[in-house]
Amino acid sequence: LAPWVPVVGLEIHAQISSNSKLFSGSQVQFAAPPNSLVSFFDASLPGTLPVLNRRCVEAAVMTGLALNCSINKKSLFDRKHYFYADLPAGYQITQQRVPIAVNGSLSYSLCIDNKMSQMVTKTVRIKQIQLEQDSGKSLHDDTRSQTLVDLNRAGVGLMEVVMEPDMCCGEEAAAAVRELQLILQTLGSSQAVMAEGQLRVDANVSVHHPGEPYGVRTEVKNINSIRFLAKAVDYEIQRQIEELESGGTILNETRAFDSKLGCTVPMRDKEGKQDYRFMPEPNLPPLILYDAKSLPANMNHQQVVNIDWIHERLPDLPSVKRAKLVEHYGILPEHSFTLLNEDGLTEFFENVVKETQMKPKKVIGWILKDLLGYLKQHSLTVKESPVSSLLLADLLNLLEKKEISSTAAKQVFAELWKGEGKTPLEIVKEKKLELMQDQKELEEICQAVIDGHENEVITMVL
Amino acid sequence: QVSAALREGRVTPTELCQKCLSLIKSTKFLNAYITVAEETALKQAEESEKRYRRGQPLGVLDGIPVAVKDNFNTAGIETTCASNMLKGYISPYNATVVQKLLDQGAVLLGKTNLDEFAMGSGSTDGIFGPVRNPWSYSSQYKEKSVPKSHSEDKESNWVITGGSSGGSAAAVSSFTCFAALGSDTGGSTRNPAAHCGVVGLKPTYGLISRHGLIPLVNSMDVPGILTRCVDDAAVVLGSLAGHDPKDSTTIQDNFKPFELPNLTDVSKLSIGIPKEYHAPGLSSEILALWSKAADLFKNAGAKVIEVSLPHTRYSIVCYHVLCTAEVASNMARFDGLEYGHRSDMNESTESMYAATRREGFNDVVRGRILSGNYFLLKQNYEDYFVKAQKVRRLIASDFVKVFRSGVDVLLTPTTLSDAVPYMEFIKEDNRTRSTQDDILTQAANMAGLPAINVPTALSERGLPVGLQFIGRSFQEKQLLTVAKWFEKQVKFPMIQLEVVKKHDHGVFQHQKSASVS
Repeated sequence: LAPWVPVVGLEIHAQISSNSKLFSGSQVQFAAPPNSLVSFFDASLPGTLPVLNRRCVEAAVMTGLALNCSINKKSLFDRKHYFYADLPAGYQITQQRVPIAVNGSLSYSLCIDNKMSQMVTKTVRIKQIQLEQDSGKSLHDDTRSQTLVDLNRAGVGLMEVVMEPDMCCGEEAAAAVRELQLILQTLGSSQAVMAEGQLRVDANVSVHHPGEPYGVRTEVKNINSIRFLAKAVDYEIQRQIEELESGGTILNETRAFDSKLGCTVPMRDKEGKQDYRFMPEPNLPPLILYDAKSLPANMNHQQVVNIDWIHERLPDLPSVKRAKLVEHYGILPEHSFTLLNEDGLTEFFENVVKETQMKPKKVIGWILKDLLGYLKQHSLTVKESPVSSLLLADLLNLLEKKEISSTAAKQVFAELWKGEGKTPLEIVKEKKLELMQDQKELEEICQAVIDGHENEVITMVL
Repeated sequence: QVSAALREGRVTPTELCQKCLSLIKSTKFLNAYITVAEETALKQAEESEKRYRRGQPLGVLDGIPVAVKDNFNTAGIETTCASNMLKGYISPYNATVVQKLLDQGAVLLGKTNLDEFAMGSGSTDGIFGPVRNPWSYSSQYKEKSVPKSHSEDKESNWVITGGSSGGSAAAVSSFTCFAALGSDTGGSTRNPAAHCGVVGLKPTYGLISRHGLIPLVNSMDVPGILTRCVDDAAVVLGSLAGHDPKDSTTIQDNFKPFELPNLTDVSKLSIGIPKEYHAPGLSSEILALWSKAADLFKNAGAKVIEVSLPHTRYSIVCYHVLCTAEVASNMARFDGLEYGHRSDMNESTESMYAATRREGFNDVVRGRILSGNYFLLKQNYEDYFVKAQKVRRLIASDFVKVFRSGVDVLLTPTTLSDAVPYMEFIKEDNRTRSTQDDILTQAANMAGLPAINVPTALSERGLPVGLQFIGRSFQEKQLLTVAKWFEKQVKFPMIQLEVVKKHDHGVFQHQKSASVS
């Protein structure tokens, strides 16, 4: 059988982290009482007009720059029409003709094997980033045959990041999204927490034989975590391959990922292709951005967004942070990935290093194996760790000064984990785990052991 | 003049308000008002009176009764757009222009009648019925049958106001208010102004905030001002113009209200006469009047030249495409879910939408929505919408070229004829009528230019005929200055209405205008 080449592209919607919505002044807040954060504009009251939120524009520019995109100095807004209960105006304001940023790239790393010992770097092209409105939420109550509509989310700013179909499997897709998530969180442009709906991923999947044109693609929605993303993509690839190999065809359809069953199923509401009747948004003039060169002399600072100004203030991106960690502390690249992947772990590590004489190269083992191991076992975050960085540093100091053995240290760590408030020193004394330093005492013990096991000693000498 | 009267204490705001309210009741047969806000108006008048007594009026508009077209949001007062879709809808906010008038102390008498959602040129297609032109009942109108009383059934020959801001035009014309707000998308303020013998000003697009004006065509709509004289229009303009952060299409430049100079020397003026405005169907009467007006300027020393706006004849078809496309989009929000009419049909959300929209909109609105959606379909978008945008650019460029060549102001007719009787008007459908009637006014909306109707003379039938001046972008001062000069020259007669005379205590009869002159 000829090999199959899977092709995966992603459409990611990241909710912009801002105080108010994209085109209105109502607040952005997760899990507020239903319909408590809805302005007249959000409810589409007739006569209301959109007013662009500056912070949202800056967030999109930051993100575009971090993803190596060209920022369009002039971008446009359009209306995308369709009727749905959670879309009060009957259209979404988006950027279909000319989005705010285009032609970028995202580098991400994967482990070749499962042991995190060899990492390979891949790149996915970013087609574009566009600003658009989020819709409200609708909950279908089938028992009472009604739909409950909550417009709190309607109008919240979104950045849609479109990744070209450069990925080939679930693992790559997951790694790319994870890296994007880290970048967004570092920038602060989005909190990107998937569980809170701040990061939503739709996958476009198709398969084809090498040398042949791309196959028909399906769109997979309803993916609620990075883990499920990998599962959904891999399932869909497999499903398509099986379908084609048994002589079937792939429909250009939208499928939902069912996390319980671990499979994708066709979604009911998309009947045929929808014509969104795109039209320019007449109430918003083109969005003009400036850089140091194009900024007119007497322009009011408050009224303009300066791309160069934003560029200068970008924080260190994850890739830069990781490189710095590797260089500064002499740890391995794989280690730096794990450090950044866990919220707060880098900080913890650096705090320990500060307080201990132990070399970072050795500290990292304790962080990644012992600390992280325990955290994962108990499903805790770094913030929730019963062992603080100071306590661990104390422990490592004892080890470094050779006051205890490494086996003893592990025992102490287990005790510290109980979180009873004892210091490492107290535990050592309690459990009598001190390493003996007295030469004479050690000789006596050894002699006693040898004396007590004459036969074994003779066997060993022979 | 009435403003001066208020300041001097010759009349009080409450008296003024009560007179207007009473006159509204007496002219109910005109059907100019949809909602009369009697209680709130009287309260506002009382507040105004307190200020005058303290000697601290807010400005020229303090205590002046005004009316507002029913497509502007007014907090606490029903806003219907003359449609079933919004019948009973009480908006929680004031349109910016309404707020500005109230902040100046104006007294809001009520909301005026219009064509449903401002679609029409007769003010005949709203759910509250047609508006009657007050001139139908004037002693000057020569075709009315002998009236026995004010009963509407007797006069079957009453004429339309034009539209779509017919209610506002009729309200100003019949002295029930001193100024009114209309809207203008294709001529909806200037057209009824011409038919009702009042001043109708369409400001430059972007000068006055549209926040709170329920949109017809977002890229062409402007709030319109209807008054009895040009000076009044300037006063109202002064209180309304300026940047509104809530409307991103308003210009940022600082606007300075102006007082109109009394122009005496027009020798430096260049008046353009666009030949394409000699449109098919233009009555010989109006043609003659137009010519006479041109001569008036020439004889006074102004330079009067013929100019060409070659793409004028495409403006109607271009307007149809762009207008219907925007209408289809703007009306998408009326789904019965958040506000307005909701059908009882509840088998599914879709069926509820369909029933709601069928019940809520009249044929005119639905027709435009269907056309608009057609033009916006992916396969049609380039051929219709984009093409129309390109033609729009050409139309706008025509004006730019002409103004660049040294012309200050253009002089054209406003309408093809004087007001037709209602019975005749309804013989053709809304779309046909709009196509015919918008021809002289529409291009100014395409180009976003300011334009004003100035009542000029009475037709042979004794009905008002107006002429239109079109000015350069944001040059309202120049435009109104020329309009004021012209107004002074033509001395348009005051309407002679029996019912007004009965109410009059000297306030209305002698004082035509609201402002200080």
